[in-house]
Amino acid sequence: MLEVKEITCVFGGLIALDKVSFAIRQGEITGVIGPNGAGKTTLFNIVSGIYSRTSGQILFNGRDISGLPPDQLARLGLVRTFQNIELFGQMTVLENVMVGLHTKSHCGILACALKLPWHLAEEKRIRSRALELLDYVGIAELAEQSAASLPFGKGRLLEIARALALEPQIMLMDEPAAGLNSRETWELGELIRKIRDLGVTVVLVEHDMELVMDVCDAIVVLNLGQKLAEGTPRQIQDNSAVIAAYLGEG
Amino acid sequence: MQRELLKFALFAALVLVAAPLYFQGGYILNVLVFVGINTMLAIGLNLLLGFAGQISLGQAAFYGLGAYISAILTTTHGFNPWLAMIFAALAVGALAFVIGFPILKLKGHYLAMATLGFGIIVYIVINEYVDLTGGPSGFPGIPNLSIGSISFDSDMKNYYLIWVATLGVMLLAINLTRSRIGRALRAIHDSEVAAQVLGINARLLKVQIFACSAMISSLAGSLYAHYITFVSPSTFGFHFSVELLTMVVIGGLGSIYGSFLGAALITLLPEFLRAFHDYDIIFYGALLMIMTIFLPGGLIQGGTLVWNYLRNTLGGKGGADA
Amino acid sequence: MNLSDQLLQYILSGLSTGAIYALIGLGFAIIYNSTGIINFAQGEFVMFGGMLGVYFFHKQGLALPIAFLLAVVVTALCGVLFERFAIRPLRRPTPMNMVIITIGGSIFLRGVAMIAWGKDTHVLPTFSGDEPISFAGATLLPQHLWIFAITILLIIGTKLFFSHTISGKAMSACAVNRRAAGLVGIDVRRMIMFSFILSSAIGAMAGIIIAPLTMTSYDVGVMLGLKGFCAAIIGGMSSGLPTVIGGLLLGVLESLGAGFSSGYKDAVAFVILLLILFFRPQGLFSRGSSERV
Repeated sequence: MLEVKEITCVFGGLIALDKVSFAIRQGEITGVIGPNGAGKTTLFNIVSGIYSRTSGQILFNGRDISGLPPDQLARLGLVRTFQNIELFGQMTVLENVMVGLHTKSHCGILACALKLPWHLAEEKRIRSRALELLDYVGIAELAEQSAASLPFGKGRLLEIARALALEPQIMLMDEPAAGLNSRETWELGELIRKIRDLGVTVVLVEHDMELVMDVCDAIVVLNLGQKLAEGTPRQIQDNSAVIAAYLGEG
Repeated sequence: MQRELLKFALFAALVLVAAPLYFQGGYILNVLVFVGINTMLAIGLNLLLGFAGQISLGQAAFYGLGAYISAILTTTHGFNPWLAMIFAALAVGALAFVIGFPILKLKGHYLAMATLGFGIIVYIVINEYVDLTGGPSGFPGIPNLSIGSISFDSDMKNYYLIWVATLGVMLLAINLTRSRIGRALRAIHDSEVAAQVLGINARLLKVQIFACSAMISSLAGSLYAHYITFVSPSTFGFHFSVELLTMVVIGGLGSIYGSFLGAALITLLPEFLRAFHDYDIIFYGALLMIMTIFLPGGLIQGGTLVWNYLRNTLGGKGGADA
Repeated sequence: MNLSDQLLQYILSGLSTGAIYALIGLGFAIIYNSTGIINFAQGEFVMFGGMLGVYFFHKQGLALPIAFLLAVVVTALCGVLFERFAIRPLRRPTPMNMVIITIGGSIFLRGVAMIAWGKDTHVLPTFSGDEPISFAGATLLPQHLWIFAITILLIIGTKLFFSHTISGKAMSACAVNRRAAGLVGIDVRRMIMFSFILSSAIGAMAGIIIAPLTMTSYDVGVMLGLKGFCAAIIGGMSSGLPTVIGGLLLGVLESLGAGFSSGYKDAVAFVILLLILFFRPQGLFSRGSSERV
């Protein structure tokens, strides 16, 4: 459903990504792994429209989406989360999720300012849907807390709930386990499976190999801006080039 | 929600009934009319600066354009003042919408400079296009507003007129900031990238709110023109944009009531400091710096802190006694 | 005077005001490059230079060169105080509150000047007489030559400073990457203070050398500052030649604009400012990524 074709990205003289191609199948959890500096986060930033690529193409359900801005991609059903969670700290937990429902609501400035009846109805719908989502990730009891006051692990869950609010077809998660303790990581793994079972295709950039090997259906390995390998977790674990890249880095 | 409405109703009642009775008309009433106009302008800027996090140093230009469009349409071309006011707001809103796209692509300092540059260009045009605007000597003879046979020709009548408009703008602004649009604006303020990733068209929304803020300023300008019946360019210069900025910062970024507090303080202060007339600009300057450094949340934040402190200490004592 | 003479006259006088814009622009660029701040109070330093020059010369009766020197030193001191008490205490600096603080600072300084020296306009005598000099059909005042000479000296001086002294190189390093500069042991705070001293001193000199031609008063800082900023924007915020060219270009365009309509003269700078910000925010001369210092 998501096809990355010969994506190249050059910063100044540095080649961050060199003709990287792979495809992600619908309904699967795909892990993108690789040593530091492999270009994983750059790849995510390009796919989600935050950086612009130097050359190459990205197809989403057969449609060329390369170069589209992030907000359009989000409306097409492609969402992402960030490595160091980007919450709206001035707002409550509930409001954060309500922002995620922005594209699921439509009242304009005038309707909002005048509190027209359909705006009130919509607001009510957004609120209850946001509570449902918080409940889904298991932090409904924190709804009225300030998002800035959340511990990191809960913040991660909130960010996921907020992304789910868009009812995405595909969700890119940038190092979701970073900063989580082992119990939280395990719960995260369960949640990611749950999300896949909702029909959402998941792509993970992740350093936690245990998590990746545990939840992923397919894995893409990047090294120094190039694709090194691709396959099932079992195949990757046995791939000598991958082992060499990791050991070489260590 | 209900409490919010109650708070607003109390505030409105206070403004509309108590103030003019207490002051019995006269000069101070005139100042209070200006508190209303400035509150409206400060709210306009606050929507942009406090909620969307985008600075504008060109608000005085929109205020001036509103005033002059109303003045010219009614006086030179004999338009109905109410129609002229609506037309002015729409025209200024449209202008802001168009220039908003290139201007709001800029961020931070550059945005400040660009809006400032725009403000100064408008100011120069008003000054130089003498045939249309009367130039530096001003534009006299603007009619008062009227409804049926009631003409808004006294301070008292204008007080009510302008405060009804201000309260209206205030209520709409409060509603707006508590809606999906308000949340999206605050999201853009916190992290534009994160907002975009959630499907918010940050660019369009910023431009829309810029246009809204310009329309509010234009409305204030029209009301000003019909109240004073005379406009001159010096009212709408760069220094006034800075004064508005001071009001918003002092009152509290992102607080609609704060905008009222800031506008009231900055409008009333010179009246109390009449003896130190020339010192007011030093005072503004110092206030801007001190507030930004020590109390970035403005008077509203300061008030809340004091209130919480008092409640905690008093509450604590009560507990100990029991 | 025929048309080409007149044109030359406009260009020459444009170059001399342009030189002033260039100096002010350098002041903006120096602070921007070491701190990331656009100092809205830059124009007030220029005003302070001129007004202090007037004060030391007329009120204190000092010789012009001494008045010049003292004015520059005192303005630089103001620059230091401004950095120390307004810029440094900010705990969470964001572009937004930096804009607000430096605007606050600029009104504050303007207010101080107004109270100290009143609202009148003042004039400094020209540095060496008012005998006009003919030049290819146009006339120049000796003061114009002073302006050109001092501007050129200052530009060469800053160039040498940035490329040949330890402090200058350290400041260039801060401009490229402040955090990295801090990591290799450069005292970033001191460099920031240096940049304020340097740009307020350059601003003051610009204010003094222009004062004999245009007169000065407590409120000249706003326009001069904004036009200096425009010069820096044309030059892509470089603290070198591009900004100087930006200033000269602006001065000439403005002077030619005044030939068509004196009323709209001031608008020229702002129209250019907006056009550059909209279409070439990296400056007129640099391609793609902007080069600084």
